[in-house]
Amino acid sequence: MKVCFSSEGRNLDSQLDPRFGRCKYFVIVDTKTNDIKVVENEGLVSEHGAGVSAANLVVDEGVDVVVTRNIGPNSMKILTNAKITIYEGKADTINSNLELLKQDKLNEIKEPRKAHSGLQNRWGR
Amino acid sequence: MKISVLSGKGGTGKTTVATNLSYYLSKKGEKVQYLDFDVEEPNGFIFLKPKIENTFEVKVKVPQIDESSCTQCGLCAKKCNFNALSVTKNGVLVFEKICHSCGLCSLVCPVNAITEVEREIGKIEIGYTDNLKVVRGVLNIGEPMGIPILKDLKKLITPDYINIIDSPPGSSCSVVHSVEGSDYGILVTEPTKFGLHDLEIAVNVIRQLGVPFGVVINKSDENDYIIEEFCKKQGIDIIERIPFDRSIAQKYSKGELLDDKIFMEVFENIFSKIMEVSNNEADSCN
Repeated sequence: MKVCFSSEGRNLDSQLDPRFGRCKYFVIVDTKTNDIKVVENEGLVSEHGAGVSAANLVVDEGVDVVVTRNIGPNSMKILTNAKITIYEGKADTINSNLELLKQDKLNEIKEPRKAHSGLQNRWGR
Repeated sequence: MKISVLSGKGGTGKTTVATNLSYYLSKKGEKVQYLDFDVEEPNGFIFLKPKIENTFEVKVKVPQIDESSCTQCGLCAKKCNFNALSVTKNGVLVFEKICHSCGLCSLVCPVNAITEVEREIGKIEIGYTDNLKVVRGVLNIGEPMGIPILKDLKKLITPDYINIIDSPPGSSCSVVHSVEGSDYGILVTEPTKFGLHDLEIAVNVIRQLGVPFGVVINKSDENDYIIEEFCKKQGIDIIERIPFDRSIAQKYSKGELLDDKIFMEVFENIFSKIMEVSNNEADSCN
């Protein structure tokens, strides 16, 4: 199973980025082989459609599961269409969230956040 | 002739100046049309109360995917500059509100599975208040992009009228679209630091557009020096002042025009200054 985390850094000790569309990196872990792949999120600097661009990237990586905290309506629609399951990260780091996921202790996200939540700090909305 | 009324800061009195100037000039016998370009909040009709005679829908083009011929190659999504498409094994998703109607997806599709279809985003209303022709664009609620409506509104600007454009606030794309190509820009401001801050930005914009302009200080009071100092330094004309007056606020709050004699003088002054400037411009061209 390939699990994709929205991440602030490039390794398993990094903090989970609470934003999906505008996170810095995607850390993708293959739970069978323990291989790790890090992809920069182009959506971070996107002027429009950050969520679409981020979700397209994740779909292209062929992941089965996404772990994040806040995901917008457009990203959610794409991931759902690609039959990718989305879980809400509870712990701080990627590693601890991976453990929780393996123990089946994370909840599925079924409702998106409002669009543009990830820009809150930038525009003070 | 095209005269744009803009401000930078919202709430300084663009609509007050644009509606009253339009109405005054039409009363005087000029052939005038007022065009409300503030499509997100067009409120000029509140004051002009026109009888609406025509309504047109404004539509934009968005891609429609023929799922039966689509091979899910993903090229459309890859080429889209605006991230408006997503292709997964389970089909193509179109995000209509992100789409900028460029049509690139339909051009690059190798199997011609994309056709462009129309989607309504707003409307344009045309009516009359006595002899004054009154036009406004209205963006539907929830729509993020008003520019296509501005483009359609621009087509209604005709040289045989004095066209008075009520521009949106701010200094972004929509203001540029409204103001470019004007013969004159009226920058309405108020004597506050906020007013000055946004006036400075609006001045930068209008200078880059190469439109001659002057400043009207609305809600003019003892603080006018805030604006005067800036205008003096920059060599900008203050063409008129509208007093900070309770009777104006009362009329405004009731949605009424300022049709008293004292105000007529204000709008006559604004218009004659504009004519003076545009005549000088014309002379310098000869």
